[in-house]
Amino acid sequence: MIVIWLILILFVGGALAWASEALDSRLPRVTALIAMVFSLILVVMLCLDNSPDPLSPGGQWLILEKWSWIARFDIFMQVGVDGLSLLMLALTVFLGLIATGAAWHEITERPGFFYFNLLWTLAGVVGVFTALDLFLFFFFWEVMLIPMYLIIAIWGHENRAYAAMKFFIFTQVSGLILLVAILCLAYFHFVQFGRFSFDYFELQNVVLEGRFQMLVMLGFFIGFATKLPAFPLHSWLPDAHSQAPTAGSVLLAGVLLKTGAYGLIRFAVPLFPEAAADFAPVAMTIAVIGILYCAKLAFAQTDIKRLIAYTSVSHMGFVLLGVYAWNIYGLQGALMTMLAHGLTSSALFMLAGGLQHRFHTRDMGRMGGLWAKLPLMSAMALFFSIASLGMPGLGNFIGEFLSLLGAFQVNQVATIFAALGLIFASVYSLWVIQRVFHGPYHTPHGGSEPARDLQEPADLSRVELLCYGAMAIGLVWMGMYPQTFLAMAEPTMTFLLESFGEVLP
Amino acid sequence: MPSIPYEHGLILAAILFVCGLIGVLTRRNIVFVLMSLEIMLNACGLAFVVGSARWGHADGQIMFLMILTLAAAEVAVGLGLIIQMYRRFHTVDISVLSEMKG
Amino acid sequence: MLEWIGLLPAFPLAGFLALVLTRGSLPRRIAGLIGVGSIGLSFLLAALVSIEFLGSGLESHTQLLWTWMSVGTFTPGFSFYLDGLTVVMLLIISGVGFLIHLYSTGFMADDPGFARFFAYMNLFVASMLVLVLADNLVLLYLGWEGVGLCSYLLIGFWYDNPANGYAARKAFVVTRVGDTSMAIGLFLLFQQLGTLNIQEILTLAPQQWSEGQGMAVAAAALLLGGAVGKSAQLPLQTWLPDAMAGPTPISALIHAATMVTAGVYLIARTHILFELAPSVQLLVAFVGLATLLMAGFTALTQRDIKRILAYSTISQIGYMFLALGVGAWSAAIFHLMTHAFFKALLFLAAGTVILSLHHEHDIFRMGDMRRKLPVAFWSFVIGSAALTALPFTSGFYSKDEILLAALAHPQYGMLLWLGGVLGAFMTALYSFRLVFVVFFGRDNHQEHASHDAHHVPGAVHEETGIAMALPLLILGVLSLFGGLIHVPVDAVFAHAEAHEETHPSQLIHTVMILVPIFGVMISYLLYGSRPYEKAGQHLRTQILNSPLGRFLNRFWFSGWGMDALYNFVFVKPFLALAQFNRRDVIDQFYTALAELARISNRALVLTQTGYLRWYAISLVGGLVLVIGIGVWA
Repeated sequence: MIVIWLILILFVGGALAWASEALDSRLPRVTALIAMVFSLILVVMLCLDNSPDPLSPGGQWLILEKWSWIARFDIFMQVGVDGLSLLMLALTVFLGLIATGAAWHEITERPGFFYFNLLWTLAGVVGVFTALDLFLFFFFWEVMLIPMYLIIAIWGHENRAYAAMKFFIFTQVSGLILLVAILCLAYFHFVQFGRFSFDYFELQNVVLEGRFQMLVMLGFFIGFATKLPAFPLHSWLPDAHSQAPTAGSVLLAGVLLKTGAYGLIRFAVPLFPEAAADFAPVAMTIAVIGILYCAKLAFAQTDIKRLIAYTSVSHMGFVLLGVYAWNIYGLQGALMTMLAHGLTSSALFMLAGGLQHRFHTRDMGRMGGLWAKLPLMSAMALFFSIASLGMPGLGNFIGEFLSLLGAFQVNQVATIFAALGLIFASVYSLWVIQRVFHGPYHTPHGGSEPARDLQEPADLSRVELLCYGAMAIGLVWMGMYPQTFLAMAEPTMTFLLESFGEVLP
Repeated sequence: MPSIPYEHGLILAAILFVCGLIGVLTRRNIVFVLMSLEIMLNACGLAFVVGSARWGHADGQIMFLMILTLAAAEVAVGLGLIIQMYRRFHTVDISVLSEMKG
Repeated sequence: MLEWIGLLPAFPLAGFLALVLTRGSLPRRIAGLIGVGSIGLSFLLAALVSIEFLGSGLESHTQLLWTWMSVGTFTPGFSFYLDGLTVVMLLIISGVGFLIHLYSTGFMADDPGFARFFAYMNLFVASMLVLVLADNLVLLYLGWEGVGLCSYLLIGFWYDNPANGYAARKAFVVTRVGDTSMAIGLFLLFQQLGTLNIQEILTLAPQQWSEGQGMAVAAAALLLGGAVGKSAQLPLQTWLPDAMAGPTPISALIHAATMVTAGVYLIARTHILFELAPSVQLLVAFVGLATLLMAGFTALTQRDIKRILAYSTISQIGYMFLALGVGAWSAAIFHLMTHAFFKALLFLAAGTVILSLHHEHDIFRMGDMRRKLPVAFWSFVIGSAALTALPFTSGFYSKDEILLAALAHPQYGMLLWLGGVLGAFMTALYSFRLVFVVFFGRDNHQEHASHDAHHVPGAVHEETGIAMALPLLILGVLSLFGGLIHVPVDAVFAHAEAHEETHPSQLIHTVMILVPIFGVMISYLLYGSRPYEKAGQHLRTQILNSPLGRFLNRFWFSGWGMDALYNFVFVKPFLALAQFNRRDVIDQFYTALAELARISNRALVLTQTGYLRWYAISLVGGLVLVIGIGVWA
């Protein structure tokens, strides 16, 4: 029941936030905050009481529930939570809180509708991370997109219509391909077992002939890889990120990208183990190209949000690499990268948003030497950049190291090239620090001294400090004692590996 | 009584239809377009009647009755629109009215 | 006591946290006290631990703090390993580190970033201690990257000058190239041996690999990649001279005494792997030899006092690599220790000179400092003597050991030895050039200073306080007598070093003693002698003006053109590529797709004329077409 409650809180909270705007324009954010806090409490309760459901197959499920929904086509409301889902849920509600904090002062226009969209996106994400009926999964997959589209299109920056439309088309087309693949699978269940099914566990029994299995698998892969995003499908992301409001970027980078990776781990490989094994070298190649290519692109950007967006693509390459290595190191590495990247990229986007809020530009050439005036913000930027370039002791290192360690067991050449990404990561991360925070002080208001009528840019506010502090602690935790997270996901990962074979040759 | 071969009836219907069509395509005055449409409808009606005579079945004649009522309704609405159009644009030339182009 | 080694890096880490979280709001005295005190505590603890460990006769001690991560069979711990080698490193890091911290309280006294400086320094010491204490390669990698980070932060400490930022980034990125090679090495070791615990690797490797086998060679070569990056050896040495942009105590601590020797430590720590790969070990020797000669020649042409010392550091680490390459493990560690003493001393003394001359770095704008800065002068002389390996200084003993070991190399003994001796000659030449130009001769500072508006003419700061003098004194004593210390690493390398007592001829010994002295004399003739000043100057200009001399001077001054080469081969193409594809060709593909849709839309729009006639005709046309197809098909 707890999952349903979680989704309901977010749906209802969103509706209430919208309604409450009529009373007071500050009420929606409070409503949203309360809804987020309640969902956080629910997830923490789940984390604390993580005894597995004794009836679950494989024994790794903590919750497994099923209600009838559209009986004619054997579609069920089937939800399940295992360690993997739970970690993703924790990340979702945590970043949901952070996003609320990021929007706190920034969103003044139509706040009710904004928080409605924010919470509905989160509800969709929670649904995606818990649905075990593929139709329900697809339903939530769409639920999280449309509010996100609205967030970009309404509250975005100067080029928002273009970015929102691009985001929408990419996700919608890939979603369609995913839907076709799901329907194919359901149809083949009908052919082989005499009835439709969208049940995750039942669909695993469907036997597909080689070429066809590859095609359906590709349908899933494209659906998820667009979201991830993987190399040739990444081009929506820089636009969407650079135009979205800060809270939107936080959700996009921190949470929505992870649904792609989750889908790969949960569906794309286990449903089609043989095809996935055949496809693994291709996927790993894509991952490596993505890592290097987008790192290079990131370096060339002048728009700070675009730069961070490209680094996201680069880092998600490590996730793809880890997943298709399909051994315990790769999977756990992918998971840790997802969690850590969720925090670092969110924090970096918030910093970029904070800079834009203060200087009304995202062009790095127009600011510099901010350390002198904004020491706190600069220190935070330094911390998260360092985390993002994979400094040991912080979460991203664990993820990338394990991913590469896993990938090396399977594909040495790809791993060596992927490791070069570590060098590029240091190049672009430090370049940002240099251009924005080091060097002589200057701002877009001209000269080294701000004009008299402009007040000095303010350093971090208390809300911001709280957000960054929480994320920084999270990263140190992941870096110094990742066992907390690894242990939670361990049963799921070992089950997946045992059931669906290692890709290892 | 030597019956007229049904082919003749059909040929006449076809000729009438084409006449009407040419009228629709070439006339610019909307009143004439409407009249040409009437001719086309009646050509269809004739074809139905011929068919009904050929097969000895009443369906065709029923269809013709339906076309008749349809044509009447169409003329009523069409003329109404033409009057509106004339009032608004002071013309009955349909080439002037091309606002629906993409 | 031994179970407390977890506290060794914890003290500086706590100092770092305290300084960071208070964000510079502490008064300087307290910030300095935290900064220096935390290292002092570490040193005390290190000393106590060392005494107990060496007294106990244990071979090693392992302390597991917590399991870092446990994935499959990969279970590296936050786990510390103590043996003779670790003890040496611990004492060097915390001891020399403490002295340099103490010195910094004086050197940085007027800097606005005082607390930030000590925060970074403390973090550095903590990382360095983790590096040497780590019992597995992942934890070592944590320390390894941590010191790299601190090096970056401290080189770019004066961040408002973009040149410092450039130097800092260069240092980080170039060493990261090496680090990545090392990371791949770790993946390889784990894949092959199933563990990254150093001791387990050292036991498993000889069982699984025969000598010279491909995997062993690959693993050793990849680790070597990491080591040359960190230790600024060929071909990754270019970052160290630029790294001198940081405050001088940083150069002393990080870029002379401790961090740059991490590569030596790594190779010594995993020496069994290198013994399994003789080709790589030979490569180590030749890398060392080439580096020590290259850097020696370069040092001779530099004008910046810190760059001279930086090249000298590169050169001395070259000696350590040479020692590692010929299997003289303990000699390498011995030289590491003595080098830490005398190079820290030289840097700190140089710092005193620089500070007293308002951050003047050019040695030809100094001169005659002997009387104004007596402490710095004597420190410099002692340090240079040890660096030159004049008899009975600490450097003499360690370099002697290395050269003798090189001579004993079965194949290339003579070659390596001759190269080393030539290097020793160069060392003497450039280090006493420095001494003579800076401390003797005419005072060039005054005349130059009068040209510079921001200099108070002729103002030479007095040497400041006990905090800066005491470290010089202690390091001076250590540089002189440090050669008598016996590094307790015999047990670590016991099975590796064949102690055949070679008895080199008397001639060899004589040569090794005389060559540095000869170098000092030539240096004196060229730069220092009053009576022959004219002649020396004449000779110098003649050398510099000959075509060969001019070419070599420029070539060596630029560090053998390596920077220009890398710029040309790596940096420029990368920048060009980045600039060329700034707007992502993939995105262009999708834009083209969108454009295609728009064009076809326009084409279809053309059919929508708005004329009824047109629609009717297309209707009829379509009908005829369909019927036609129906009839004839």
